[in-house]
Amino acid sequence: MRIDTRLVRAGLGTDPQTGAVSTPIHPSATFAHPGLGRSTGFDYSRTANPTRRVLEQALAEVEGGVRAFAFPSGMAALTTLCLLFRPGDHLVASDDLYGGTYRLLERVFREYGLEVTYTDTTAPEWVEPALRPNTRALLVENPTNPLLKVADLEALGRLARDRGLVFVVDSTFLTPYLQRPLELGADIVVHSATKFLGGHNDLLAGILVAREPEWAERIEFLHNTTGAVLDPFSSWLLVRSLKTLAVRVEHQCRTAEKVARFLLGHPGVTRVYYPGLPDHPGRQILERQARGFGAMVSFRLRGAHEVPGFLERLRLVTFAESLGGAETLVTVPSRQTHCDMPSEVRERLGVTDDLVRLSVGLEGSEDLIEDLDRALQGESG
Amino acid sequence: MNRRRPSPATRCVGGRTEVDPTTGALGTPIVMASTFHQEDPGRPGPWEYTRSGNPTRHAVETLLAELEGGTAGFAFASGMAATTAVLSLLNQGDHVVAAQDLYGGTFRALTAVFSRFGIEATFADATDPDALARAFRSNTRMVWLETPSNPLLHVTDLRACASFARERGALTVVDNTFMTPLRQHPLGLGVDIVVHSATKFLGGHSDLVAGAVVVSDPDLAQQVGYLQNALGGVLSPHDSWLLARGIKTLKARYDTEEATAQELARRLDEHPAVERVYYPGLPDHPGAGIHAAQASGPGAVLSFDVGSEEAALRVLQAVEVPAVAVSLGGVESILSYPWTMSHAAMPPAHRRALGIGPGLLRLSAGLEDVEDLWADLERALGG
Repeated sequence: MRIDTRLVRAGLGTDPQTGAVSTPIHPSATFAHPGLGRSTGFDYSRTANPTRRVLEQALAEVEGGVRAFAFPSGMAALTTLCLLFRPGDHLVASDDLYGGTYRLLERVFREYGLEVTYTDTTAPEWVEPALRPNTRALLVENPTNPLLKVADLEALGRLARDRGLVFVVDSTFLTPYLQRPLELGADIVVHSATKFLGGHNDLLAGILVAREPEWAERIEFLHNTTGAVLDPFSSWLLVRSLKTLAVRVEHQCRTAEKVARFLLGHPGVTRVYYPGLPDHPGRQILERQARGFGAMVSFRLRGAHEVPGFLERLRLVTFAESLGGAETLVTVPSRQTHCDMPSEVRERLGVTDDLVRLSVGLEGSEDLIEDLDRALQGESG
Repeated sequence: MNRRRPSPATRCVGGRTEVDPTTGALGTPIVMASTFHQEDPGRPGPWEYTRSGNPTRHAVETLLAELEGGTAGFAFASGMAATTAVLSLLNQGDHVVAAQDLYGGTFRALTAVFSRFGIEATFADATDPDALARAFRSNTRMVWLETPSNPLLHVTDLRACASFARERGALTVVDNTFMTPLRQHPLGLGVDIVVHSATKFLGGHSDLVAGAVVVSDPDLAQQVGYLQNALGGVLSPHDSWLLARGIKTLKARYDTEEATAQELARRLDEHPAVERVYYPGLPDHPGAGIHAAQASGPGAVLSFDVGSEEAALRVLQAVEVPAVAVSLGGVESILSYPWTMSHAAMPPAHRRALGIGPGLLRLSAGLEDVEDLWADLERALGG
């Protein structure tokens, strides 16, 4: 079965008792036992819940992993990931990554003795110098947030295997519809499912998918022990979202490409970051390892002073954090998603106040382009 | 005329204080939005992103803080997610003194997760002030208590423990799941942090998994809020609404469940097949005096020992009214077997040393009629 078929069939046939096509929401916190020492497979919802299980199985299947685990936010998934390591362990992570991940690593897990080096993770030659004898893992966002740098996952996967590292890929921007890191050598995939997987800006969720049973067992233990589990209602909502993932992402990618090309030719824009543009250094890699370039477009205005007016003049595009939903959203990463990163780090990376990040939604491309054009030209319309 | 502070029962219901200003709807709407429109990049609005704050979650967090007499409440995806956030206040090299018969899941988080990050724990008999004092070290930063404890309903003197810990620079955390804020206000007794598995009495319907943290101190509130957002184990808007809905009936449920537990404890205590009943509402309970001084009722959970694994299994197989399951605090009575269920994460030797033997059963009284429950238990006990 192809992935779009698998996605549509998520949860189908999971309720033989009624034949319900939409998987039931099981809010039950606990489950009656047929007898002592006997179990239906479900004992307590933190440990396993039937609705969450349907979601987790669907995600494991579409990512090509053995097990998936659903958390109440992307950060909760990353917290659990970090708990796999020990004090004294060293991680190498993308230097241009989500500000919340940076905050978690720097402000929480560094206190517990996890060491992290941030580097350009687009190619093995940048990663290798950062490796140490105690390096245990490589954490890569692909593409990165917000500058959309693309990593050669196959090459990094070979490096990780040679050096005995756990290779973790945050695949939030591309989803399993466009990119399946486990097939390219990753050991664990992370998602903020709040974004494209959920796709409606109406739920918060995080996902970990493991390729091998060894990691799956350790994640399962931590998931249950530290207790950050996704609730049954959101689990059901996410299953529902998976059914439209392929059509949503296809449409969003097409519109993003049109928007990126429009922005590229606009005098009010000094630079456009979109991996689908011909001169983007990651385009060839994505052509090989993904089936699309995603729906995230970052761009620079002529100066930070242009940004407030631009945001004010937008009428269709909503100024709000987050991404991946049906509604097109715009953010200023340096002030919002990446504000926990020290300003000198932001400056060095180019996450400056003139940078705007656009998550392209499902509106008509002409309407979006018209709205952006008016806002860029300084017309209040 | 002085305005009376509303009674807990009135606060639980919410009423006029939670009218949606846009529509007049009673109760906060379920705001599922993950993100919120912003007017100005320099001045974020009150709501930005649901992990850092959500109107529906905020409503239940405010209610929890008020009920516990704290200044800030935090809702989590499970009691263990709440516990994880509180334990994350600690740093490498810090030491925790924990009550020895605490919930198996908390025991597991301390010994199998936080221990790996250089946080050590010593388990002590918290009912004995000398034993607690002996467990303290120069690096002790936190004391973790449950009273009455799970499953043996041991009672700890909260005021004495909190004051002892404070003198030594340690925070006191109390898991108030069994008592709920209707019966016990640890923050008023000098405790720093209250934790709940809101899955239990607060939710009350066995239909959601949730946790809560309440504090009084503004610095602690800031730190817990930071960790809630940074670690991300937050309660969903839907379950936040369901929890607030559960709390509306908390007093009606708890009063009835407690009265049923009290009556069942009395009758079980006289039953020849029962070796011992653990319930702070029985006059011979060793902690009855302290409990009466710090809480306003004995609660709705009791444990009883039927002497052997065979006898316990017979009861579990014979009962028809209570559900045989883990968890507690729901409208349905739940009979559980700590030996293999809630406390299985504790090593057998540790369980036995505490008195959690293979003959022990834990009953969470629900809303069934007490006579139906008793007839069922009596038949199951072979009486």
